[in-house]
Amino acid sequence: MATVDFSGIRKEICLAYLPDVEVGDYTIVHVGFAISKLDEESALETLAMFKELGILEEELGVESTEVGGTAS
Amino acid sequence: MAEETPALDFEGWSCPLPLRSYPRVVTGHGGGGKLSAELVEHLFMPAFGVESGSELTDSAVLTVGDGRLAFSTDSYVVRPLFFPGGCIGDLAVNGTVNDVAMSGAVPIALSSGFILEEGLELDVLGNVAEAMGRAAREAGVRLVTGDTKVVGQGAADGLYVNTAGIGVVPEGVDIHPLRARPGDQIIVSGPIGLHGVAVMSVREGLEFGTEILSDSAPLNGLVAAMLTAFPDLHVLRDPTRGGLGASLCEISATAGVGIEYEETAVPVPAEVAAACGFLGLDPMHVANEGRLVAFVPPEGVDAVMNAMHGHPRGAGAVRVGQVVEDHPGVVVARTRLGGTRIVDLPLGEQLPRIC
Amino acid sequence: MKYIDEFNDPVLARRLFDEIARITTRPWAIMEVCGGQTHSIIRNGIDQLLPEEVELIHGPGCPVCVTPLGVIDKALAIAARPDVIFCSFGDMLRVPGSERDLFQIKSEGGDVRVVYSPLDAVRIAEENPDRQVVFFAIGFETTAPPNAMSVKLARDRGLTNFSVLVSHVLVPPAIEAIVGSPTNRVDGFLAAGHVCSVMGSWQYGPLVERHRIPIVVTGFEPLDVLEGIRRVVAQLEEGRAELENAYERVVRPEGNVPAQAMIGEVFETCDRQWRGIGEIPMSGWRLAPAFRDFDAEYRFDVGSINTEESGLCRAGEVLQGLIKPNECEAFGRECTPRNPLGATMVSAEGACAAYYQYRRLEGPTEVGVSVG
Repeated sequence: MATVDFSGIRKEICLAYLPDVEVGDYTIVHVGFAISKLDEESALETLAMFKELGILEEELGVESTEVGGTAS
Repeated sequence: MAEETPALDFEGWSCPLPLRSYPRVVTGHGGGGKLSAELVEHLFMPAFGVESGSELTDSAVLTVGDGRLAFSTDSYVVRPLFFPGGCIGDLAVNGTVNDVAMSGAVPIALSSGFILEEGLELDVLGNVAEAMGRAAREAGVRLVTGDTKVVGQGAADGLYVNTAGIGVVPEGVDIHPLRARPGDQIIVSGPIGLHGVAVMSVREGLEFGTEILSDSAPLNGLVAAMLTAFPDLHVLRDPTRGGLGASLCEISATAGVGIEYEETAVPVPAEVAAACGFLGLDPMHVANEGRLVAFVPPEGVDAVMNAMHGHPRGAGAVRVGQVVEDHPGVVVARTRLGGTRIVDLPLGEQLPRIC
Repeated sequence: MKYIDEFNDPVLARRLFDEIARITTRPWAIMEVCGGQTHSIIRNGIDQLLPEEVELIHGPGCPVCVTPLGVIDKALAIAARPDVIFCSFGDMLRVPGSERDLFQIKSEGGDVRVVYSPLDAVRIAEENPDRQVVFFAIGFETTAPPNAMSVKLARDRGLTNFSVLVSHVLVPPAIEAIVGSPTNRVDGFLAAGHVCSVMGSWQYGPLVERHRIPIVVTGFEPLDVLEGIRRVVAQLEEGRAELENAYERVVRPEGNVPAQAMIGEVFETCDRQWRGIGEIPMSGWRLAPAFRDFDAEYRFDVGSINTEESGLCRAGEVLQGLIKPNECEAFGRECTPRNPLGATMVSAEGACAAYYQYRRLEGPTEVGVSVG
């Protein structure tokens, strides 16, 4: 068991399924158990990829379309 | 029960939809959500001779002689008795002071009725009583009458307290959910979800570490400041059980108006969001004990906001939404992404005995 | 919170919405089989903001709702026993059995307790040696390692008063059943990110191959859900059918090996009834024979339980996207969020419950707002 911090909330969580996790790592917690370690590099890559979206279209002068079905 | 009670006539009730068929009281009936509303509307109101369709408000306003009195009562059954930021005593005073203040009334006096479990330590009772005294002094009200009963071990779970409060409604003040009108701006006096999270953090089975303290506080001073700035406030509500979401839903349903608000405008502290996240709760349904929501006609908004920001209990006041002509009786939130979602009353309890 | 807030960014969400709209040329039906994703979609209004051609069909991803009626009835019978402390996750309390729910059992004197973790139930067993403690072990694969651990722990500590009532359900057989149905309308799937973080993504490869259907492992935050949808649409537009992982920061192809080992030790696969759908072969887990001592179904003789599924409920067709909720005769009448008949109305995010809420925007109905 170890203490996990959720944005200031602290809770005792079981780490039995993540034997290699270390202090400072981010984990996914489900019903009191840490079940997966978050790969920070991958997270940042994914975010960077999102940021790239739309930029190519802007450069090409393609208009972004109105998405349908907006609620009032 | 000792004697046979006559079976209730489900057919004779006025509402076309019967109570969900629970023959007994379930925990959810105390949650401030749909089940609670049903119990009031389909069991109590008919029995008391109150017409269905009558509005449910925090306090009742009665004409007495030339003046008007606001009158309210609440019972406090919070578990545990002491939690980060306060205890049952603070809730018992502030909660009823606030209910009275939500009619725009100046609270004057409270009664307090105690139901004590045999075996409760006198120190505990003493601490609760001291807290009530302190809270009453801070609120500027007097605890004038009361009662104490003791029940056997196993009942009352330590201590239950009921407080009733009276206050004087100033002339020219007419605050009532029915006054909500399209165009009214909806203002919240500060961050939400603190009380519920504080109590949950020490609730057996959930315990978690947090810096969050209950926001229990008297709001009569804030209300007075708001009324001085702009007497024609339409609606005031203190969102306790069921949270801000339940308050908006109730007002929307009572007044028959639609409500729209911006999710991003609602102040939710990061720790409240985090606690709600891992407990699977919606901050809009988490109890508050020191916040109010006000419905203010557009011409009064600036004055009211200034008055609120000038008062310690209103420093965090923000405008979150407005009353609209569309979708009467339905509360719609505009999400962070620009979509919409409908906010409804919670069914029963997010967590029992939160106040 | 870090690595959550960034994936809620509305500016980046707008880019993803625009990108999806840009590449969509034809109608597509995409299903997510994960309550968390359904919740995220409804909560953020994502389905409203997608191009009209992209239809989201909410799959049977809420384990609470698909728990078979017979299991609920057994749970109620066990919870009603005076010698039992019945522990459950909070969301199970209002799920109706044939006649009652756990709330009602509690009101009749049953000791029903909400726990956050299965370990809390083990602790309650240790603290109450003279009572039988039963934990309601439901969930998809994500909850199985925690539930398994509770059983192992109870055995290691020699607890004789702890048992579990198991009703685990598995995602791949559900997808197989939906895709394999002759009336299937789903073109592509979002696979549940946290289920895959435990089980890995490898299980979905054979499904992709067999049915030539895109499956994208997807997370929960709005940007994750949108990226999952974007990738499915891209595959469909390009005529591809592949397994992709859009949640790489959490999901590895092999999954969580120690967790899978524990699952393999404590559980065995079995046929499972899914409420509103019917039986899906080999779609569930029950306790393995070695752990039968801890199986509440064997420990408690609850007699024969007369399980009555509602004849009116058409949840199965709703779950496959064959009918819209309001095309069911019981919708809004016998079946409402207050009195749900089937899986899709029990959960606040079930397709029928969600539809019910949106119906209210259309104006006054015969159902009163405050009690609807």
